Amino acid sequence: MIHTDILIIGAGPVGMFTVFEAGLLKLRCHLIDALPQAGGQCSEIYPKKPIYDIPAFPEVLAGDLIDNLAAQIKPFEPGYTLGERAETIEKQEDGDFIVTTNRGTKHKAPVVFIAGGLGSFEPRKPPIENIASYEDHGVEYIIRDPEFYRNKRVVISGGGDSALDWSIFLADIASEVSLVHRRNDFRGALDSVEKVVELTKSGKINLITEAEVKEIHGDGNVNAVTIRHKTEGNIIKKCDHFIPLFGLSPKLGPIGNWGLDIEKNAIKVNNSLDYSTNIPGVYAIGDVNTYPGKLKLILCGFHEATIAVQYAYKLINPDKKYVMKYTTVGGVEGFDGTKKVAKKSEIIKINLEPKVHALEV
Amino acid sequence: MSDITLHIIDRKGKQHQVLAPTDMAMNLMEVVRSYELAPEGTIGVCGGMAMCASCQCYITSDHDIPEMGDDEDAMLAEAFHVESNSRLGCQISITEQLDGLILELAPE
Repeated sequence: MIHTDILIIGAGPVGMFTVFEAGLLKLRCHLIDALPQAGGQCSEIYPKKPIYDIPAFPEVLAGDLIDNLAAQIKPFEPGYTLGERAETIEKQEDGDFIVTTNRGTKHKAPVVFIAGGLGSFEPRKPPIENIASYEDHGVEYIIRDPEFYRNKRVVISGGGDSALDWSIFLADIASEVSLVHRRNDFRGALDSVEKVVELTKSGKINLITEAEVKEIHGDGNVNAVTIRHKTEGNIIKKCDHFIPLFGLSPKLGPIGNWGLDIEKNAIKVNNSLDYSTNIPGVYAIGDVNTYPGKLKLILCGFHEATIAVQYAYKLINPDKKYVMKYTTVGGVEGFDGTKKVAKKSEIIKINLEPKVHALEV
Repeated sequence: MSDITLHIIDRKGKQHQVLAPTDMAMNLMEVVRSYELAPEGTIGVCGGMAMCASCQCYITSDHDIPEMGDDEDAMLAEAFHVESNSRLGCQISITEQLDGLILELAPE
């Protein structure tokens, strides 16, 4: 069981900045994210895109923004549970919440912040009628252990980096790798494309372009797929595994079943006060929340996080008095023992002998 | 600059006639969102970066539309339900040439 003061669901920019504001109030944070790295959309979707509306940054790459936030919050030693999706929330008798991930990791905290952005990123599933019934029976959207495919016949579909890279990787492991792509060209990294072409020439990858997997066949487990080729019509391809790799898209997911007030795929919060949800102790900040006039901007999420943390402090420490301090005045004292503080202005004393000057008359 | 008229068929098949301004640097995806013709969170998910295809639409009228850029082309190579007249709404700016355009939102 992981214990913390504020449990943050979503390790995007807003969740990360919460760690800083909480740290100033001596509250410790732990972040959960379904993605294997922190940064949310900024890292996953557009790390190389510039953002122009972060105050005081005329231009910053989304990936650099995340690197900077990581550095800013490091002194507050946030914990991370990455690559796991928050699945359930249970209120305990002592008032705390226990949040459990899809992999069974349990987290206990008196306050939960949902900074889930657009939701958790999940694989985009091709619209094939019976695909759901074959999931984990030969259809996998994520390759967890390449050895699983040793000496198996594998069909991969997609045209991006992950489809290319896994085709290359599995070419040495699987007994047969077919890569099915709708176009004749690939948008992946140039060297990956070249490698796939090379492996196709040497017969290690069976490349089928201008084609799409349209049907899955099997009796409980996948044993073939129907590939529709643009000019040659349907091809039945025998295989043990079908791996569609079409990237990720965000879904609100299990949070939608936590009993929160949901409107327009977002969580309703009290924006006149503290960004609290209808569940006391649970707050929602950033793109995941909604209120009259809501703007899905990182800078607004930073504001929401800062306000909500003040109220979380009061909830956790009902008897303590506190007033907000400027970092310029109070500095930043990390849990790791580091302390940043404004330099004292130097005062140079000039020691001169006092002299009594005779008055000239 | 004046407003133009667009005919948008939503995902349930209902046609809407809407006005769109040509002077607000808007695109088709944003027009659909501003009239709430598709639920929030199901369109323009990536914010208009040609990175999610949630604003895919089929252009069914005979308008002269600017050609696809590389990002849009690459995204449509990976999207589902793609037809020969598929475009990403976020990549098409509202201009006077689009007056009378008919488009149909692709399935979610």
